[in-house]
Amino acid sequence: MSSTAWTRRLERVVWPLLLGLVLLLAWHYSVAWTGSKVFPSPLDVRKGMAELARRGVLWGYIADSLRRVGVGFCSAMVVGIPLGLTLGWYPAASQVVNPLIQMVRPISPIAWIPISIVWFGVGERSAIFLIFLAALFPIVVAAMNGVRNVPSIFRRAGRNFGLSPLRLLATVVFPASLPQIIIGLRIALGIAWLVVVAAEMIAVDSGLGYLVIDARNSGKRYDLVVAAMLMIGLIGLGLDIGFRQLETVKAIRWGFRHEG
Amino acid sequence: MQASTAKKAIDAKLRAKGIGMSFKRDGNTTAVLENIDLDVGEGEFLCLLGPSGCGKSTLLNIVAGFLEPTSGTVMIDGESVKGPDARRIFVFQERGVFPWLTVEGNVGFGLFRLTRAERETRIAHYIKLVGLQGFEKAYPQELSGGMKQRLEVARALAVKPDMLFLDEPFGALDSITRLIMRGELLRIWEAERKTIVFVTHDIEEAVQLADRVVVMSTRPARIQKIVEIDIPHPRDISSPRYLELRDGIFEEIGLAHKI
Ligand SMILES: Nc1ncnc2c1ncn2[C@@H]1O[C@H](COP(=O)(O)OP(=O)(O)OP(=O)(O)O)[C@@H](O)[C@H]1O
Ligand SMILES: [Mg+2]
Repeated sequence: MSSTAWTRRLERVVWPLLLGLVLLLAWHYSVAWTGSKVFPSPLDVRKGMAELARRGVLWGYIADSLRRVGVGFCSAMVVGIPLGLTLGWYPAASQVVNPLIQMVRPISPIAWIPISIVWFGVGERSAIFLIFLAALFPIVVAAMNGVRNVPSIFRRAGRNFGLSPLRLLATVVFPASLPQIIIGLRIALGIAWLVVVAAEMIAVDSGLGYLVIDARNSGKRYDLVVAAMLMIGLIGLGLDIGFRQLETVKAIRWGFRHEG
Repeated sequence: MQASTAKKAIDAKLRAKGIGMSFKRDGNTTAVLENIDLDVGEGEFLCLLGPSGCGKSTLLNIVAGFLEPTSGTVMIDGESVKGPDARRIFVFQERGVFPWLTVEGNVGFGLFRLTRAERETRIAHYIKLVGLQGFEKAYPQELSGGMKQRLEVARALAVKPDMLFLDEPFGALDSITRLIMRGELLRIWEAERKTIVFVTHDIEEAVQLADRVVVMSTRPARIQKIVEIDIPHPRDISSPRYLELRDGIFEEIGLAHKI
């Protein structure tokens, strides 16, 4: 790697970190200057996090939240990708199903909470169902559009070599639409993380979302509220960065713009 | 190696009779092809030459089975063509290679019926034939335009088709690469003896490559003239016979050979 590439990489990390530092300082001094008794300073938040770690709940809560997202997101993937591929493959089917999808899609997952409690009771399964539901639609839509946008030249080449429809789907249509599917998955993962917090505020008694509500309800511990919010944000960022690594896999990369 | 035209006509590999094609658009019908009769001999290298938009690609798509003509029939080996077939591969411009597969993966794409060992020897053979050794694990986005074109030719040859249809395969390449690729294609053709139908609008290219050049008229396209190129390979492109044939085609198309 050349040294300019190195500095460019370094800059991509250094500038955001610097911005974070500036914001932290601004936060610290504004709390100090206004003398707020309710709003915690960064130091309070750090102490709060240490307290959570000492009580042994921090890692447990994080793991619980991640597990719920993992299960919900993966089941959405298992259902959504084949469903989207099928709908994209048979335009007639998508004409029937698409209005339904577009109707259910704008209903916020939060609105599903009462229903999901009726179906799955208060608890884990309810939260996972909400995540599944929220992640499902972006995945289905991405897979469907992915199949539709496969250049006809690829389908023709596949047909020319005498592939059966199933093989054509597996070796041409699916890989050709994979970049779009990956984008859909990334959006879905972001939404899933967004929803897990909301779901945990109602349905369960562990996890980062629960922490936000619990810290407020039991003694107005705003240091813990903000600590939980920060953790949620940082983990969301981590998930996104992790997922973007997929875009650099060579069999997928052709579908993305990369400078290098 | 130059079979007589009379013999070719008897054991035609491909026989198109009375091909007509019209497209409907906004209620209007455009006649693109009119009453095309064409025979292609076994092992022959045939070039379709004509002005842009005259219907060369349309004709090639019809004989390859991707398009159904409005009238007429296409027979290959005595069977009427019903659709595309793995025995006859259509080569697009370089855009046809699969970007999600490596060079190896692309060449082996049509070989799913072979055993693993057979597939590997076949892949290695054709990668070598088109000179892509050392790039087996590379992805198309890491190749130049000419390499991608060679890759697509290798993918087509690997299934051992008896016919190749090439639609301006070198159109997107620079003139030097184009010249090299023509030489490569001729070398491969001489080694493998496929029947080739090659579409181009480059007169020089047609005269350098073909056994026969089919000159098509403007739309609605008919066959205006068929020129037999009776120069053995390798062709001397400054020989009087070459220049004579080339200039003959220039005149046929109605271009003064001056600029
Ligand atoms: N699917 C289609 N629908 C309507 N018109 C078409 C269609 N395909 C081709 N045409 C028309 O048929 C004519 C011939 O097209 P074709 O692509 O065969 O030309 P060509 O000789 O290959 O030209 P070029 O040298 O530019 O590639 C054009 O006028 C084009 O507009
Ligand atoms: Mg064309």
